[in-house]
Amino acid sequence: MSANEKKPTVRRQKIRKSHRKARLLFFLILTAALLLVVIFAQQICPYDPNIQDTGISLQPPSLEHPAGTDRFGRDMLSRIIVGLQTSILSTLALVAVITVVGTAAGILCGYYGGILDSIVMRISDVCLAFPGLVFALAIAALLGGGLSNAVIALAVISWPKYARIARSQTLAVKGMDYISAARLAGGSSWQIIFRHVLPNSVGPILVTSMLDIGTMLMELAGLSFLGLGAQPPTAELGNMMSGGRSMLQTYPWVILGPGIAIFIAVVIFNLLGDTIRDYLDPKNSQRK
Amino acid sequence: MKKYILRRLLQLIPILLVITFLSFGMMRLAGSDAVLQKMENTGMVVSQEVLDSARAELGLDKPFLTQYFVWLGNLLRGDMGTSYISGQEVFGTFLSKLPATLLLTAVSILLTIVISIPLGVLAAVKQNRFTDYLIRTASFLGNSMPNFFVALLLMYFFSIRLKVFPVIASDMSLSSVALPSFTLAVAMSAKYLRQVRATVLDELSKEYVTGARSRGIKFSVTMTKSVLRASLVTILTLLTLSIGNLLGGTAIVESIFLWDGVGKLAVDAINMRDYPMIQAYVMWMAIIYVCVNLITDLSYRVLDPRIRLGGDKA
Repeated sequence: MSANEKKPTVRRQKIRKSHRKARLLFFLILTAALLLVVIFAQQICPYDPNIQDTGISLQPPSLEHPAGTDRFGRDMLSRIIVGLQTSILSTLALVAVITVVGTAAGILCGYYGGILDSIVMRISDVCLAFPGLVFALAIAALLGGGLSNAVIALAVISWPKYARIARSQTLAVKGMDYISAARLAGGSSWQIIFRHVLPNSVGPILVTSMLDIGTMLMELAGLSFLGLGAQPPTAELGNMMSGGRSMLQTYPWVILGPGIAIFIAVVIFNLLGDTIRDYLDPKNSQRK
Repeated sequence: MKKYILRRLLQLIPILLVITFLSFGMMRLAGSDAVLQKMENTGMVVSQEVLDSARAELGLDKPFLTQYFVWLGNLLRGDMGTSYISGQEVFGTFLSKLPATLLLTAVSILLTIVISIPLGVLAAVKQNRFTDYLIRTASFLGNSMPNFFVALLLMYFFSIRLKVFPVIASDMSLSSVALPSFTLAVAMSAKYLRQVRATVLDELSKEYVTGARSRGIKFSVTMTKSVLRASLVTILTLLTLSIGNLLGGTAIVESIFLWDGVGKLAVDAINMRDYPMIQAYVMWMAIIYVCVNLITDLSYRVLDPRIRLGGDKA
């Protein structure tokens, strides 16, 4: 107990709880706003992101083009908005896939045990024994460039984390009395898994996947940056930055714009993830 | 201790087999072999019979497993084939670029330690005060920036605006290594700093700290003699766990700063579909990673007598 910690009176606890709720609500609204931008990207962007007009190429930010134009005269703001859409939607798909696949594998392993468990866990051992990004690079290289291939590469290296969490959660509840009671009451394995095991593992898994969105967004953009993700002329934040690399010295906005967009998106998702973790599991909060 | 090291070294064998097997399988999955590649490079159209005889000559018509063991045998002699692009020996090329990457990695780790351990400890001691919030916010922001963006930002401010460091790392001097290693250290420190803080906080909440305080022992003494010592093992373990990310991160950072290491070699090889080179990169990176993990395991047995004494009996 450190000295500067205040006594947790009932009143203070209540205040803390309402603070947590307010924080959560605030970041949920912020994320919802970001998602709205993503969903309606085509409607929001002021210009057609793919229309080229070499007459106005590489203009610095102005009132007409708030984020400037790129080397083909395309409006950067429009490209950033559409790029955000590409990046965020593929990241969300990626996180959804690894969460579902990893959780399903983990729960089945924990619940049934046996050979299935050994095989899946050995596979996940191997995945975890490799340095993640190096492995993703190799898989992406093998599959060839392309956004969906980059997503697959990251999915292959990322699902074991979820399998581990779901498995240990399942093992923890498996031996509890209410599971035995459910079985005695005639519940089938599937019923028990969906009604009792899954709901009890959702918390930690949700927190992990929320916190993963930011990381995956950055890693996916990283693969695109290396030319292993979305291919031009698709607007994607990673490949936009890669394309503008040589212009850093003279036309920095071509790079800074997409970079700042990734940064803001990651910050929003990370803040939401942190808040959800604090909300579901106040004991493990960073603030303590 | 000797027994333990021996056992760990034996456990390394199946892992190495899996790593080599996967790397080899990757090549086959790529659906391209040396013969096809040579044909594509020269632009000749060759009949199937010629292809087959060329494959037979290289032993590519044999069953998969036989090929694997032949390949493994060659590997043990340091022969990993030749690059599709340059025609040079893969292993030799890889080895010649390795020191640059190791230098970059070592400097980054050093920077990470120098940045994050003092700040992490400071944040823990000043828990929930202004200093703590400041450090945590900085770590949060550092955590939310992709390393290629950090690299480009640093390049923009320090190389282009302030002209302190060169844009392109032309040699292995201190000024060349500064920006790439700092880029890598930013991401690592951001993550690591939080872990250091949590570890120290955990240790600070133990009863002996209160006990020492009530006996009138100076806080700085408790801190240096007990808390930091006890946290060291965890802090070290967490550091090596992040080395895996560092190894992958070097690929992006090296290719931005044109740092002539294995990461840039790999990215170039990937863009050229130079599979033998990619294979060498993946395999050796995995092996280095596994060895680093082993060394960590061994080192905290030296550092922490509890593990050392408990482990030998088992």
